[in-house]
Amino acid sequence: MNSEMAVCANALSKFYQDKKALDSLSFEIEMGSLFGFIGPDGAGKTSLFRILNSLLIPDGGTASILGFDTVKDYKQIRRIIGYMPGRFSLYQDLTVEENLKFFAGIFKTTIKENYHLIEDIYRHIEPFKNRKAGKLSGGMKQKLALSCALIHKPEVLILDEPTTGVDAVSRGEFWEMLQKLKTQNITILVSTPYMDEASLCDEVALMQEGKIMQRATPERIIEAFNETLWSVQSDKMFELLSHLSSFPEIRLVYRSGDHICFIPRKQSVEEKNLLAYLENLGHQSVKLKQIKPTIEDSFIYQMQTQN
Amino acid sequence: MKGFVVKEFLHIFRDHRTMLILFGMPIAQVLLFGFAITNEINHASIAVFDKARDSKSLELQQKLTASGYFDINMQLENTKSIEKAFQSGKVKEIVVIPPQFEKTLELGQPTTIQLINDASDPNTANLISSYTSAILMDFAASINPQANSLPVTTETTMLYNPELKGVFMFVPGTITILLMLVSAMMTSISIAREKEMGTMEVLLISPLKPYQIILGKVLPYVVFSFVNAMVILILAYSIFEMPVNGSLLLLLAESLLFILMALAMGLFISTVSNSQQTAMLLSMFALMLPTILLSGFVFPVENMPLALQWLSHLMPSKWFIIIVKSIMLKGLGIAYLWQETLIILLMAFIFIILSIKKFEVRLKLK
Repeated sequence: MNSEMAVCANALSKFYQDKKALDSLSFEIEMGSLFGFIGPDGAGKTSLFRILNSLLIPDGGTASILGFDTVKDYKQIRRIIGYMPGRFSLYQDLTVEENLKFFAGIFKTTIKENYHLIEDIYRHIEPFKNRKAGKLSGGMKQKLALSCALIHKPEVLILDEPTTGVDAVSRGEFWEMLQKLKTQNITILVSTPYMDEASLCDEVALMQEGKIMQRATPERIIEAFNETLWSVQSDKMFELLSHLSSFPEIRLVYRSGDHICFIPRKQSVEEKNLLAYLENLGHQSVKLKQIKPTIEDSFIYQMQTQN
Repeated sequence: MKGFVVKEFLHIFRDHRTMLILFGMPIAQVLLFGFAITNEINHASIAVFDKARDSKSLELQQKLTASGYFDINMQLENTKSIEKAFQSGKVKEIVVIPPQFEKTLELGQPTTIQLINDASDPNTANLISSYTSAILMDFAASINPQANSLPVTTETTMLYNPELKGVFMFVPGTITILLMLVSAMMTSISIAREKEMGTMEVLLISPLKPYQIILGKVLPYVVFSFVNAMVILILAYSIFEMPVNGSLLLLLAESLLFILMALAMGLFISTVSNSQQTAMLLSMFALMLPTILLSGFVFPVENMPLALQWLSHLMPSKWFIIIVKSIMLKGLGIAYLWQETLIILLMAFIFIILSIKKFEVRLKLK
């Protein structure tokens, strides 16, 4: 095992009764990296994180963090990691400050000692430090949870869907904080169902059904996407999707924001044919153009075609 | 560790329901058991069907009311009205005095007074009829002191509780139930809540050791339960004049031991339940009901079928009730109670070991 690596996983498997949650997963994560696990619900992200943080025992394979085995050396692991579960897991009936104090206390440290670590984050919620945690907004709850996970100066931070259910502005702020934490030499593992957040990581792994389908830097993932991508808009968006998918030259159709994207079977599509086809079906003011793919498009393509 | 205990106290103080259960309940329960559930007769309403209507029969009626146990609410005129009186539900007993009551007595002939009871509530019926009989005996003796109709009389002395106060019976039981409830149910619920809210996940990830989590959870409840026990004792002593004949220190020490035992049981329950609801139901059915039914608190153990008697030996509350009664009423010391104490100590030990063994340092997902 490479000691330069922050996290190593070797053929990890986990079953819940007959259902396979993790399917012999292997990967390594470099020290100081901000690593994203992207995938839909049920892809196995939470199970993977719970194995890495020593809360679950894998049914097969091994994993280690900074060289400590997640099963054997679970006591050491629990000292060096910070973990933020997917659900808000702080005490709702305690105030912001009491929560932070408590978590500092059980890790035998004080708020003062590591204040520099959480300062950027805690600053946002400090004006509400006497408010009960249960009465905070979603974004503030996440900031508090992150502060609590950071207060003992962990070397590896494991964040399970930290931005789920958080408004767009807070999500942006949250990612900014993670970028700053990286400069403190903390390795960060983060999972998210939002694909647009993938471009903010140093490296991402696309997970589906317990497997890693692709792993690369965000730039590489876009580069590797060598299909042409088209965007269509019309006055009847609702029917457009099904009409497009029954057009024989089109390989894959999906909705993306306010337009519909498709990937043709060959490198290109006869624009005239498609426009005539759509007009025939009663679509008006059709806008058709080729667009640059994003990391999101690449993922959707991967997930759809590998199914 | 200190932080953990502080946090636990904050949880308790901020949750009004918990506070109500902790402090409202003991007082309500003691007062309820003390005042409402009592098997003493106090101004029970009865009716008299006086067929004689002479001076002796009137004297007898006066004697009945003068006792304070009875109020004569109805005078019946004929046999038919007996049924009606019971159906109205206004009287518990009817005393039927035979015709020519005075004359029969003067002649020194035996006579019979009939007592008819509403036995839909058998316990009360029994009590009322025996109270009445006692008064009638007394009356008979006063009329004819030299009568040889009563060659043998029994004289019963009630030791330790001469007035047969129901409270003396209920206070030990109530202390037991409340300590059980507060200690076992509250701890099991509070641990289950951590599991339910997901905070257990974070606690497990921390370097806290299982025993630290357990101790942190349990300590505040030890304090509250102990305060509770004192409140009940003070109430029993001041309002119901229940004596503490034995050593108060021993009583408190035994209470503390019982609290520890109950807490250990609560811990054990929490290790097998994942939600607050399960914890509550388990405590209710596994602890509360057996405590009430099998501990000898409500039903005497000696009258139970043999199988249930054996089962009752497994109830820690049974032994604790014996201890409390012996100390408070009989004034016994540890020399007489070491067996019961040892049993509770053993039970506490078993549950503590079991719950530390069963405490999961990892998540259990199905």
